[in-house]
Amino acid sequence: MPKVIVVTSGKGGVGKTTTSASFSSGLALRGNKTVVIDFDVGLRNLDLIMGCERRVVYDIINVINGEVSLKQALIKDKNCDNLYILPASQTRDKDALNLEGVEKILNELKESFDCIVCDSPAGIESGAFMAMYFADEALVVTNPEVSSVRDSDRILGILAAKSKRAVEGLEPVKEHLLVTRYDPNRVEAGEMLSVTDIQEILRIPLLGVIPESESILQASNSGTPAIHLEKSDVAEAYRDVVARFMGEEVAMRFVTPEKKGFFKRLLGGL
Amino acid sequence: MSMISGLLEYLRGNEKKTASIAKERLQIILAHERAGRGAATPDYMPALREELLAVIAKYIHVDRDLIKVQLEKHGEYDVLEVNITLPESIRN
Repeated sequence: MPKVIVVTSGKGGVGKTTTSASFSSGLALRGNKTVVIDFDVGLRNLDLIMGCERRVVYDIINVINGEVSLKQALIKDKNCDNLYILPASQTRDKDALNLEGVEKILNELKESFDCIVCDSPAGIESGAFMAMYFADEALVVTNPEVSSVRDSDRILGILAAKSKRAVEGLEPVKEHLLVTRYDPNRVEAGEMLSVTDIQEILRIPLLGVIPESESILQASNSGTPAIHLEKSDVAEAYRDVVARFMGEEVAMRFVTPEKKGFFKRLLGGL
Repeated sequence: MSMISGLLEYLRGNEKKTASIAKERLQIILAHERAGRGAATPDYMPALREELLAVIAKYIHVDRDLIKVQLEKHGEYDVLEVNITLPESIRN
């Protein structure tokens, strides 16, 4: 059965698009035929993060309006064979999206893809609603910070009350917590909410922890999803996330401070 | 807080870390928001709250922000919680 997975958070700037790019790439690398859809009409950015911005010709609104076929709008990813991108429209108004149109596109995609990843815009307005409405599973991206946790809780409430699965009384959307921009050193110093705190507050299963890292900016600078970076904690953390999502048991990493060796301590102060 | 207990607290390093403050604040606000999300709060709540505040204000001079009136669900029961933090001068 093909899966529709929404990457959502409520709050902006927590890493939804970064996560959508790396998560969909990871799924594709493991052999799943995957498509990732940008729902942020008017403020599209997934194309930039995936490095395909110059190849965008048509977008999701063109497809919804019947101006082009879905096949014409899909862009093949440059790094993964199994991955396609459906960009958002940059010029249209966000109200150009509608539930019927989105449902039609998802149903057509389900015929040829295993995983459909929906990159939600921030907020709780129509774009975010369209992105989550048809979801089977949800990745709730949360920063260890009060406003992000509160917004995630709000989004969880909406998923539980207003998604198609909720409205039709089907099995609820399967929720996964993804904590991003995590700094174990600050957690240890009592300056940052811990993963356990966040989990205790939001009460949903933890899918993974992505450490705060400089390499995220390098990845977006070059238009390469972070999961492809070499020797990067972030890339490894995202690969773990994908493995867990596919049912493998992988121990949590990057949740405790790195032990400093003798020389590092000598050189790097205390 | 007296000076001695403040000093003791300082020496013990008991100063509350901001992460635990964050956690506490979130737990309180989310309990409140979740309660409002489930069953709608009864429509007499704002009026009840106002009247309670008026009665309390008649006898004690307290900051309105330090009076909390909320309805919480505890399994089968609804609990009406009225929480009044008395000012320092009355407590002593």
